[in-house]
Order: sequence, then C-alpha cells, then structure tokens
Amino acid sequence: MSLLSFCQWLADTPGSIALHESLFMYPLVESVHVLTLCLFVGMSTMLDLRLLGLTLRRVPLTDITNRLFPWMFAGFFVMVVTGVLLFYAIPVRSYQSIWFRMKVVLLICAGLNAWIFHATIYRSVRDWDLSTAVPPRARLAGVLSLVFWTGIIVFGRMIAYNWFDCDRPQSALVVTVAGCTAEQQGHK
Amino acid sequence: MNLLPFFQWCEATTLGTAIRETTWAFAVIESVHLLALCVIGGSVLVVDLRLLGVGLRHQRINDLARDAQPWLNASLAVMLLTGVGLFLSEPTKCYYSTPFWFKMSSLALAIMFSYTVRRRVVFAEEGRISPMACTIVGVVSLALWFGVGAGGRWIGFSG
Repeated sequence: MSLLSFCQWLADTPGSIALHESLFMYPLVESVHVLTLCLFVGMSTMLDLRLLGLTLRRVPLTDITNRLFPWMFAGFFVMVVTGVLLFYAIPVRSYQSIWFRMKVVLLICAGLNAWIFHATIYRSVRDWDLSTAVPPRARLAGVLSLVFWTGIIVFGRMIAYNWFDCDRPQSALVVTVAGCTAEQQGHK
Repeated sequence: MNLLPFFQWCEATTLGTAIRETTWAFAVIESVHLLALCVIGGSVLVVDLRLLGVGLRHQRINDLARDAQPWLNASLAVMLLTGVGLFLSEPTKCYYSTPFWFKMSSLALAIMFSYTVRRRVVFAEEGRISPMACTIVGVVSLALWFGVGAGGRWIGFSG
C-alpha cells in the first residue's frame, strides 16, 4: 500500500469526512493549532534569543529550561495533536502539498537540531549557565532553531493556498516534488 | 458615525489594490504577521506566567519585564504594520466581519492595558504589588491578547 493510497483510504473514513465538513470543528482545531504557536514557538524563540544573548541575559539557562519546558511540551503536544487532526481532515491534498512536504522536512531538521543540542553541548551547561558568553555551538543551535521554525511557520501557512495543487496544471518540478499522478495532471 | 465610506476609500488605495492584485502579497504579509505572533506570544507569556506565579518564578518580575519589553514593542510594531497591509487588501470584508470588530476592540483594550496598568505593575519595585494584584493583571493581559489572537484567526473563517 503506497502512502498515497493510504491517504485516499484515510480520506474516506467517516471521521475524516465529518471533520472536513464540520462548520465549527475544523476552524476550531485550526485556531488552536495556530494560537499554540504562542506557547510553543513563542517560548522556544525566547530560549533561542537567550542563547544568542539577546534577552533574559541574567536568567540562568537551566532556569529557563527547567521552568519553561513543561509549558513548551504542553504546547508542542497540543500542536502535534491538532496538526494530526488537520492532516486527517484533508489527507490527500495535504500529502501532495509541496508546502506540507517541505514543512515535514524542516520539522525533522528542527527535531534533530534540538536533539543534537541536548545530547552534546547542553551537557556542559553548568559551565556556562549564568554566562552570556554562550558557546558557539549552542549559539548555532539557537540560530538554526529560529531558521527552521520560521520556515515551518511560513510553509505551514502556505498549505492553505492552492497554487501548486495537483488538480491544477503544474510544472515537471512541482509534479515530482508533490508526487502528482499522471491521472491528476492528464485529464485537465 | 458611518465608517463604511472610509473603509471603501481604504480598499481603493494604491497599497490595498497592489496587495489584493499580487498573488503572493497577502500570503507573505500574513506569514510575517504569524512570525511576529510567536514573538509577541513569547514576550507576553514569559512575564504574564510569572505574574501568575508560574514559569520563571525564581526571577524578579521587573527583571523579566525589562528583558521582554523591547521584544514586545518590536513584535507589536511588526504586527501593526503587517496588520494594516492585510486590512487594506480587504477592508469591506472586514467592515462586515464580526470577528474583525471583536479583534480590534480586544486589540485596543490590550494595548491600553499593556502600556498603562500592566506596565506599572511589572516595572514596580519588588514586593510593592500584592500577589493578588499581579495575578489579576496577568489574567486580564492573557485574556485580552487571547481575544486578539482568536478574533484574528476567525476573520479568515468568516465571509
């Protein structure tokens, strides 16, 4: 079973149809998804800016991580759950969206960046906890996090636009990246 | 006072027309609006959660406020600039949109509250403001900004 046929199967499930057609549930889920940006990306941005010495300079880094991580994890959890629901409501179009695909790639990059940060340089945080002279590798992690999340938000917003949808005539590049089928492109 | 003629004039402005007629313009401005939302969210939440006695509670409120304020000011400026751009592209739709008026009312209140009462409270000397007063200010601030965000998202779903 290909991913595309799995998405087609998913789109035909009663839950997906109900969510897709609901007047209030879909907008509600999307609103929660967007507003949770404040909680998760907002706080992660403050942490990134602290790594770059641009804010909260007198606050020990471990204080930020210990005290704010529970809020960030809660925000992240809500974002993932609502994000999965948004995909579940419109599976085929999302799966074939170049924006969605690029967003997923950046999400993986952001995850790897956070994991590498915690597995390496953050282990020596005791040595630079109170310092504004954050090690270059930690600063790099902060910059990368800001770049990745900027891309994730922009690409996420662009999923709403149908410029590169498979049911419109597309260039060979878009057809390849989006995985449009010959059937979708041929009969137009 | 009937504001509709003013809104229609806005719609006819060069900038409004240009944004409306350029395929990418609205999407790009909207994206910047969203990015600023994250920064405003982070800078407000760090201080408001502290007012509620959670989050960075080992830090002094006025220390956190001093660090967060420039980011709040800057992101609010970006929000207002991009918000005007988004508005100019579809003022007549906004005029008839209940969420738009809800958002603008919340925004006016949020700005007034943030730069008067909340500002005084968060920049006050340590211990001068009772924990109860801090809690109330934090809750009001969060509620007002939540109204702005939720109303804003709902403009897109209406009409």
